[in-house]
Amino acid sequence: MAAITVTGLRRSYGDKVVLDGVDLDVDEGTIFALLGPNGAGKTTMVQILSTLIQPDAGELHVGGHDVVHEPDAVRGVIGVTGQFSAVDGLLTGEENLAMMADLCHLDRAAGRSRIELLLADFDLVDAARKPVSTYSGGMRRRLGLPPALVGGPPPLLPPSPPTGLDPRSRRTMWHIIRDLVAGGVTIFLTTQYLEEADQLADRVAVLDRGTLVAQGTPAELKRLVPGGHVRLKLRDADEFEYAIRVLDPPVHDAEALAIQVPSDGSVRSLRALLDRLDHSSVEVDELSVHLPGLDDVFLALTSGVRP
Amino acid sequence: MTAFAHARRDSLTMLRRNLRHARRYPALTFSTIALPVIFLLLFVYVFGGTLGDGLGGVTGGRAEYANYVVPGILVMGVAGAAQGTAIGVAMDMTEGIIARFRTMAIFRPSVLTGHVLGSVIQTMLSLVVVVAISLAVGLRPNATALEWLAAAGVLTMITVAVVWLSVALGMVTRSVETASNLPMPLLLLPFMGSGFVPTDSMPAAMRWFADYQPFTPVIETLRGLLLGTGIGNDAWLAAGWSLAIGLVGFVWSIVLYNRDPTA
Repeated sequence: MAAITVTGLRRSYGDKVVLDGVDLDVDEGTIFALLGPNGAGKTTMVQILSTLIQPDAGELHVGGHDVVHEPDAVRGVIGVTGQFSAVDGLLTGEENLAMMADLCHLDRAAGRSRIELLLADFDLVDAARKPVSTYSGGMRRRLGLPPALVGGPPPLLPPSPPTGLDPRSRRTMWHIIRDLVAGGVTIFLTTQYLEEADQLADRVAVLDRGTLVAQGTPAELKRLVPGGHVRLKLRDADEFEYAIRVLDPPVHDAEALAIQVPSDGSVRSLRALLDRLDHSSVEVDELSVHLPGLDDVFLALTSGVRP
Repeated sequence: MTAFAHARRDSLTMLRRNLRHARRYPALTFSTIALPVIFLLLFVYVFGGTLGDGLGGVTGGRAEYANYVVPGILVMGVAGAAQGTAIGVAMDMTEGIIARFRTMAIFRPSVLTGHVLGSVIQTMLSLVVVVAISLAVGLRPNATALEWLAAAGVLTMITVAVVWLSVALGMVTRSVETASNLPMPLLLLPFMGSGFVPTDSMPAAMRWFADYQPFTPVIETLRGLLLGTGIGNDAWLAAGWSLAIGLVGFVWSIVLYNRDPTA
C-alpha cells in the first residue's frame, strides 16, 4: 500500500515555479529519499506534505488522508523532524520531550517511560536536564529524531538527514531508522548527502528545478549514468603500451601504468574483457571495478545533462 | 477526549512552556514590572508635589497625587505587558519550533492561547507588585473587598484584550525587533488620557482624544472603585472597549496565524 501518493503537484511563489508537476509514490514501510540541489524544491515539497503550506494544484494523500482537505488527519500520522521543525532552545531536552508527550496526549506514566527510553536510545541521558541552547552540534542532531517519536513511532516520518554526526552515532542513527522501518514506519527523507540516500533508501527520486528527473532504486539510478569502468594496472611500460594498442581505452595514466576501460560492471562484460585480455596475452597486475556513485548520478542529472 | 478537553490540555501545555520561559529567563518579566514601578516613583516623588497641588483636592501635594496616579500606573503596567507578549510571539514565529507545532495534531490556536494565558498571569502578578509598592508610597484606597475584586476584574478584562492585540502585533511582522516596537504607542496612551492629569486641564482637541480613548474609562473605573470617585458610564465603556479590543486582537491573531507561513 502506498503511504504517500502525489500526482500533478504544482506550487509557485509569485511567478517563480517551485514545483512543476511532480508525481511520486512511496510504499508503506520503505525509505524514500528525495535528492536535489539547493533550490530544487525539496523543502517546499516537505512543507506541502506536512500540511504547512498548500499546493496550487495536485492530488496528495499521506497515510490515506487528503493533505489539502484533511490536514488534521495527516498531522495525526506524521512526525516531522530536523531542519523542518526545531526544538525549544530555552527548554531542556527532557522538557522538550515532555512537552511533545503532552501534545501527543499521552498520560503521564506512559509519557515518562517513553521519554526515558528515547533519551537512552539516543545517548542523551547526560544532556537531558540541560537547556537545548547549550547543546553541542552533535547533541542537537541526536535530539532531532526523538521529539517525533514520543507519541509512538508515527506511520510516516520525514526526518532530516542524520548528517554531521560522528561515524559511530551515525551508525546508531541508521540502525534506529532501519528498526523503525522494519516496524512499518515509512520514511521520507530529503538530502543532498548521497551516501545517506545510498545507505538507507529503498527508492530515490532526483528533483531538479521543480520536476523529478529520475526515480528508482539507488542501483537503477546508478545505471542511468555513464562512468562505470574497469581499471587495469599493467606490469610495466611495455605492457602498458601494448594494452593501450589492444584495448584503445579512453582514459589512461602512464604514471600509474593504469588504464580505464568503460564497463557497466556486469559479469558478462567483465568476462568479455577478461577473454580479450587473455586472447591478446596482456599481463595485468590488478583489476578493479568502479561503478558510478549516486554522486555521479546527482551531478549528471541535475546539471542539465538528461539521460 | 473531546475537542474541548484537547483544546484545554494543549493550551495548558503551551502555558507551562511559556511560564518555564519566564522563570528561566526572568529579564523580560522583570522589565515589565520595573517599567510601571519606575514611573510610579518618578511621578510621585519628582512631579507629585507640583501636580498634586494642581489637582486642588483636600490635602493637595504629593499625597493627593499618589492616589490620583495609581490607576494610570496600573493601566501602564497592562500596556507594558503588550511588549513582552509581542516579543514572545514574534520569537516563536521566527523559530523552527512553530513548524513542529503546526504539523502536529493539536488544538491549533494553543500556541496563541498559551501565550495569552501566560501573559495574563504574569501581568496580574506584576500588578500585585505595583499595588503593593503603591501602598508603600502613599496610596490610601477606601475600597471594600468587593470593590478590590471588581478592580481586579476590570484589570483582567483590559489585560486579556491588550494581550490578544499584542499577539497579533507579534505576528504581523516577521522580525522580533519590529514586534517589540509595535506596542509602544500603547504605553503612551495612559499619558494621553486621564492617567496622569485630569483631562479638563488639556486643550480642546487633546481633551477630546483623551476623553474618548479606550484607557480613560478603564482608568476612571479603577479610580472610582479604589478611591470612591464617580464611575458613571465608565464601567460600561471600559467593558465595551475591552471586548472590542479583545475581539479585534483575537480575530486578527487567528487570521495571521492561519496565513501561509512562507508567503
